[in-house]
Amino acid sequence: MANSVWVFAEVKDGKIKKVAYEMLSKGKKMAEKLGGDLSAVLMGHNVESLAEQLGHYGAEKVYLADNELLKDYTSDAYNKVMVDLIKANEPAVVLFGATILGKDLSPRVAASLAVGVAADCTGIGMDDNGKLTATRPMFAGKAFVDLYFSDNKPSIASVRPNALTASPPDESKKAEVVKVDVNISSDDIRTVIKEITKTASERPDLTEAEFIVSGGRGMKGPENFKLLEDLADVLGATVGASRAAVDAGWRPVDDQVGQTGKVVSPNLYIACGISGAIQHLAGMSTSKYIVSINKDSEAPIFQKADYGIVDDLLKVVPVLTEEMKKLKAEG
Amino acid sequence: MNIVVCVKQVPDTESVIKIKPDGSDIVTDDLKYVMNPYDEYGVEEGLQIKEKLGGEVAILCMGPSRVVETIRTGLAMGADKAVHLDDPAFEGGDAFATAKALAEALKGMEYDLILCGKQAVDDDFSQVGQMLAELLGLPHVSLIQKLEIGDDKKSATVNCQVEGGMAVLDVSLPAVLTTQKGLNEPRYASLPGIMKAKKKPLETKDLAALGLSADNVGCTGSKTMVIKMTPPPERAAGKIIEGEGPEETVPKLVKLLREEAKVV
Repeated sequence: MANSVWVFAEVKDGKIKKVAYEMLSKGKKMAEKLGGDLSAVLMGHNVESLAEQLGHYGAEKVYLADNELLKDYTSDAYNKVMVDLIKANEPAVVLFGATILGKDLSPRVAASLAVGVAADCTGIGMDDNGKLTATRPMFAGKAFVDLYFSDNKPSIASVRPNALTASPPDESKKAEVVKVDVNISSDDIRTVIKEITKTASERPDLTEAEFIVSGGRGMKGPENFKLLEDLADVLGATVGASRAAVDAGWRPVDDQVGQTGKVVSPNLYIACGISGAIQHLAGMSTSKYIVSINKDSEAPIFQKADYGIVDDLLKVVPVLTEEMKKLKAEG
Repeated sequence: MNIVVCVKQVPDTESVIKIKPDGSDIVTDDLKYVMNPYDEYGVEEGLQIKEKLGGEVAILCMGPSRVVETIRTGLAMGADKAVHLDDPAFEGGDAFATAKALAEALKGMEYDLILCGKQAVDDDFSQVGQMLAELLGLPHVSLIQKLEIGDDKKSATVNCQVEGGMAVLDVSLPAVLTTQKGLNEPRYASLPGIMKAKKKPLETKDLAALGLSADNVGCTGSKTMVIKMTPPPERAAGKIIEGEGPEETVPKLVKLLREEAKVV
């Protein structure tokens, strides 16, 4: 279907990731403009039951690739199945979430098809000629670029979680499930997973978090991050850190926000004791709302913050945690 | 073990990025350039493997003549030789066009392992390593945080970042691995290293030497093209919440977050 819009529906811990619903909601409008249908690609093992929800979010068709060899992600297996599917059906547009998996898989698929990827897009659209347009940050958000695609099909983009808004699901909508023959053997897979260890944290990844509580040099030491963990528990937030806090060994590398760490766009970013080095500001300035708590009223972070409190974070954060608890209790 | 590390020269992360009035590109006049920070982990890892198992580390870098400085940095850290892809035709390429040129260059090099930074901090594509692997028909693993070469040197065990944790994988070699913070602590170039670097072999290859046509690479070989660049949206000046201590300021903040921002 040369006018189809496809969304790769990533499965994590038996659930479809929210970014897939965000892309389906946008993809629906794009497919209407193209005069084509909206399809989702669902891969994994024993995942058929998830197809229904994709229909609720607008997918008219779900390509289901269910196979034991797809249980855990490997780039070789997922790439082969995805490329075979695209070659057989020739969609116009293929969207991936800009998650760790999506960013690993999409370039490989694109290279195999000799097309490009607009990576980590904060906006996508369809122009009047039916061509995909994309907006993405560069320099960790110090600049943005509008892109267009060559005529080679499909046009592929990876879309940053939280950048688009999911429409409410419509439970009356059903998708046709198309079972895909999975032509792979274990010989096709050149990486063998030996072990997957989960970090203790149940919190979402920083790049996908709706709320982030982040600490910097002003935290004074690793022990004070407990205050941020407590606040994060109340908010359902993920805890981040500045490079200074990571380089001091207070927090793991995974937690670093900024140009040499993670670029984040939560709805609310609470920066505690972070002065706001240019690399850090680049990495979080697309947050919808920014709160800064810092003793130094001259700290550059206050230039980016929507709300600021000039005070000692060690005193402010526990009060904020209590106030948030009260608020949550009120509902 | 022969290792090729793909390296890019990028503006220092300290840089303030200004955009040309016509939106075609950034203003490069006053930029200070450095080795892409994620590539430094690749160079360091290559050197550590060489020191343990022998072999050679080669740097592969594409860009105009200014990138020689970055190549020399890699050689001064301890790499043995370098290939510099230098041709005006390579300029302005997207990840695919870049991977295409690098893949062609790699076909003329000996390697058991290819290391790339997980992304360049200028374009932030995070694609070239994966595309390179596909174009060369090799497996890849991204975001590695630990690497051990197997006794037979035909496979490696890697720890890599996955969502919410870490995966341990065996991967057959040759392979492309992308490197990031946490893998190692990149060394600084020593003074003797810097002196030696000047005498190490540095081969320059242009488009013709790679046997590619201009249609394959750079701007014309790209599959995604820039319409225009813009600065990030300005954030309006925020409010400093006044009050005597957290007992006064915090309830005001919470009220604003609920009633004005509507985020909590």
